[in-house]
Amino acid sequence: MADISSNFLGIKSPNPFWLASAPPTDKKINVLRAFEAGWGGVVWKTLGSQVKNVSSRYSAVNYGGHKVMGFNNIELISDRPLHINLKEIEECIKLFPDRAMVVSLMADNNRNSWHELIKKVEDTGAHGFELNFGCPHGMTERGMGAAVGQDPEIAKMVVEWVMEKATIPVITKLTPNVHSVVPTGKAVVEAGTNGLSLINTIQSVTGVDLDTLVPNPYVAGKSVFGGYCGPAVKPIALKFLTTIAQDETTKKVPISGIGGVSTWKDAVEFMLLGASNVQVCTAAMKHGFRIVEDMAEGLSNWMDEKGYKTLNDFIGKSVNNIVHWEDLDINYHHIAKINQDKCIHCGLCYIACEDTSHQSINLAYGKPYNTYTVKEEECVGCNLCQLVCPVTDCITMEEHRVAPEYLNWIEFQKKGLPLNDH
Amino acid sequence: MAILANRLTEEQYRENFSDIHPPFETMDAAAVEANRCLFCYDAPCMKSCPTSIDVPKFIKQISTQNIKGSAHTIFSSNIMGAGCSKVCPVEKLCEGACVYNLMDEDPIPIAKLQRYSTEMAMEKKWQLFKRKESTGKKVAIVGAGPAGLSCAHVLSREGIDVTIYEKEKLGGGLMTYGIAAYKVTPQFCKDEVDYILSIGGISIKYGQELGKDVTIESLQKDYDAVYLAIGVGLARQLEIPGENLHGVVDAISFIYDIRDNGFSKVPVGDKVAVIGMGMTAIDAATQAKRLGAKEVTMLYRRTQEEMPCTEVELDIAKLDGCNIIWLAAPKEVMGENGNVKALVAEKMKLGEPDASGRRSPVSTGEIFTLDVDMVIKAAGQTPFTQLVDAMSVKNKSGKIQVDGQSTNLKGVFAGGDCVNGGKEVVDAVQAGKDGAKAIINFLV
Repeated sequence: MADISSNFLGIKSPNPFWLASAPPTDKKINVLRAFEAGWGGVVWKTLGSQVKNVSSRYSAVNYGGHKVMGFNNIELISDRPLHINLKEIEECIKLFPDRAMVVSLMADNNRNSWHELIKKVEDTGAHGFELNFGCPHGMTERGMGAAVGQDPEIAKMVVEWVMEKATIPVITKLTPNVHSVVPTGKAVVEAGTNGLSLINTIQSVTGVDLDTLVPNPYVAGKSVFGGYCGPAVKPIALKFLTTIAQDETTKKVPISGIGGVSTWKDAVEFMLLGASNVQVCTAAMKHGFRIVEDMAEGLSNWMDEKGYKTLNDFIGKSVNNIVHWEDLDINYHHIAKINQDKCIHCGLCYIACEDTSHQSINLAYGKPYNTYTVKEEECVGCNLCQLVCPVTDCITMEEHRVAPEYLNWIEFQKKGLPLNDH
Repeated sequence: MAILANRLTEEQYRENFSDIHPPFETMDAAAVEANRCLFCYDAPCMKSCPTSIDVPKFIKQISTQNIKGSAHTIFSSNIMGAGCSKVCPVEKLCEGACVYNLMDEDPIPIAKLQRYSTEMAMEKKWQLFKRKESTGKKVAIVGAGPAGLSCAHVLSREGIDVTIYEKEKLGGGLMTYGIAAYKVTPQFCKDEVDYILSIGGISIKYGQELGKDVTIESLQKDYDAVYLAIGVGLARQLEIPGENLHGVVDAISFIYDIRDNGFSKVPVGDKVAVIGMGMTAIDAATQAKRLGAKEVTMLYRRTQEEMPCTEVELDIAKLDGCNIIWLAAPKEVMGENGNVKALVAEKMKLGEPDASGRRSPVSTGEIFTLDVDMVIKAAGQTPFTQLVDAMSVKNKSGKIQVDGQSTNLKGVFAGGDCVNGGKEVVDAVQAGKDGAKAIINFLV
C-alpha cells in the first residue's frame, strides 16, 4: 500500500491533508475533532492584531441545485484572546504529537510586534509559521493581510523581520488579488521564507438579495467585499500555483496548495502541479471533518493503481505539461465521435455546437428521438459537445493528426502556411 | 349479496379517495427534480405531448424560481395543463419519452412538476393572458369539455367573444364527470374551469343541450362561427342477454354519479364485475373497490399485451386488490327477481391481428360463471350518432367528419372526442387549439 505520509519542511504529518487557517482551526475543540477524524495537520487560525468580528460572516454561491459551489467570508483573524489560543495550541500538540501544528500569524506592521508574537507562539511547541499576507477584507484597511501581499517590497520587509527571529519553518501565504503572484513570491523567497502557500481568498461579491437589494453577506443593511473560496476557485488556484511551481526562484521552496480542494482528486491535481501538500477549508465547513477519510483512501488507492510508492513520486509531475501557447503542436487534431449505443438523444451536443460553436453536428429528425452524428470535416475538436454530454464516454475525441510531425506557431508562420481552414 | 350505498365511514371515504399522486410539498422538493432535468434540445418529452408543451423550458423556469413564467409556458400550450398534470397517462407520453429512461434512470416527474407550477398559478389566481381588443366577432361552442374550453380560451385571447352551450350543470366535460375522483376532485375541476374563464370574454350557458334546448340552425344564425365539441356519450352496449337487469351500469354513469352525488350516495355491489380494460374500466373498478365492494373482477377479451390502459393504471387496479381475468368475454348476465346474480363468460384465445393490428379474440367454447351482484360496462363509448345525423353533419358511424377542422356545414367546425371517437384529455385540448386556429382563419 502506498505511503501517504508527508514531510513539509521537516514538519511531518500522516497524510498531506491540512486544514487551512480559518474558522475550523480557531480553537481546541475543533482542532481535536479534526485530528480525531484523521486530518494530518492544521494551520491555526491567524493570531495577531486585536479584532472584533461581525454578524453575519458567510455567504455562498449555489449552482444547478448544488449548494456552496463557491463560498465567501468577511471574518477577520482570530478574535479570541491570544493567551487562550496559545494555551490551546500547546494542549493540542501534546494530545496529538504526530500531527502538524502550524500557526498563522498577522502582527501589527512593525518589527517588534512580529518578534514578540513569534516568540510567544514558538513557546507553545508549534512546528511552523504561516504568514498571512492574503486576507482580503478588513485587515487590508489597516495595512495588513493582502495589503502586505500585494506589495512585494513590504512583503519582503516583513519576511525579513520574521526570519530574524523565527527558529521554526516559515511558510508565506500569498494573495491571489494581484495580476501575478510571482513578484511577491520571488520577493519573499529572496527574503528567506522557507516555503510558500497559495491561494488565499479572492475578493468577491457572491450575490445580491433580490428582495432587500443588499449584497451578501448581510450586516445591518450593508455588506462588504468578502474572500471567495470553495470549488469555484480551484481553477484560479491551480493557475497561480503553476506559475509559482514554474518560476526559477519560487520553485526552490516547497508549496502548500490551497483553493477549493474538496476531494482526493483535487488534492492530486494540486500536487501534480507542484504542491507538496494541500490545505482544505470550505469542503470541511460544508460537510464536516469526516471528508478526510475518503481523501486519504482515494489518494492511497490512486497511488497504488499508478504504482507511486510515496508522495514525492508524483509531486510536480504535471508542472512541465503547461507551456506557452506558441509551443503547442498545431498539427495535433482530434474530432468528436458520438457512440450511438450510448447516446440518449438529449440533443445537448447538437444545440451547443449549432448555436455557439462550429455547426459540426448533424440532426436527423426522429419522433421522439433524433439521431445526432458528427460532421467530421467541420469539427475543429473544441471539446464542447463532449463537455456538455451527460453520458460518460458517449462522445470521445478521436485523434486525427493533420501531419505526423510536431509544428508550433512560430514555425507555422515561417512556413507561410494558410491561416484558417475553417 | 346486495347493492348498497353508504358502506364506509366518512373518514374511510376520505382516505380511499385522497390524491393518488401527492404534489410536491415544498419549493425545495420541486427544485431537486427540476434540477435533474437535462434541458434537452428538441426534447423527446415535448414531442410526445399532444399539446407540445415546452417541457424543458417550464422545468428550467421552476429551477430558476420563475414559477409564473413556468405556468405561462404550460398554459400557453395547454390551458388545461393543471388537470392534465393529474390525469394524463404520462408514462406513455412525456415521461415515457424522457431520455433518463434510456439511462435506466427514473424519468423526470414531469406531471408532478407541471402540477407544481399550474396549481400555484391557480391558487394565486395569476392572470397570465390578456385579451386582445374585442374584434366584435362571436363564436358559439357546444360543449364545455376540454376541447370546447381550449378552443374558447384561444378565441378569447384573440378578442373573439365566445358563448359555450353545455348540457350539464358544470363545465370540464369528462375531466369533471368521467375521471376517478382520486385523480381530480370535483372542487379542482370547478376551480380549473373558473381559472380558464377568468380571462373574460367567455360565457357558459349551462343546461343547454344541442338538439333539445338549442339548434344548430339558430347557432349558425346568431354567431359568426360554431365549434362542436360535444364529445362522445353513450356507453357501448355489450349486446348480451340480461343487460337490462338491475345492477348492470355503465362505467361513465357510475363515475359520473361518484362525482355528482358524493361517495356515500353511490350504491355498489358486494361482488362487482367490470367489463373492459381501458382507463375508464380501471377508474370504475378501482373506485368500486374504494367505495367498499368486497370483490372486484375485471374481464378483458384479450391479454395484457393488447390492453388499452397503461401498466401504471393496471398496477393501481392490482394494488387496490382487483382481480383480473384475461381472455374472457361476457356472454350473459344472469338475474334473480330482476337483480344481477351472476355473469357468464367465455374463455377466449387470440387469433389473427385485426385492422388495428391487435390480435382478435376468438371463442374457445369454454364457459365459466362468476357470482356477482353488479356488472359495470366499460367497453368504450359510442358517438352521438342520432344527434349528428339529425343535424345533417357529415359523419362516419356518428364520428363527425372534418376537412381540417371544418364540417360540411358552413361556419361549423368540430373537434375532440366527437371527431376522433374518444382520446385523452390532452388530445382534446390540442383539438380545441386547432379548431380555434381554423375559426380565426375563417373569420378574418
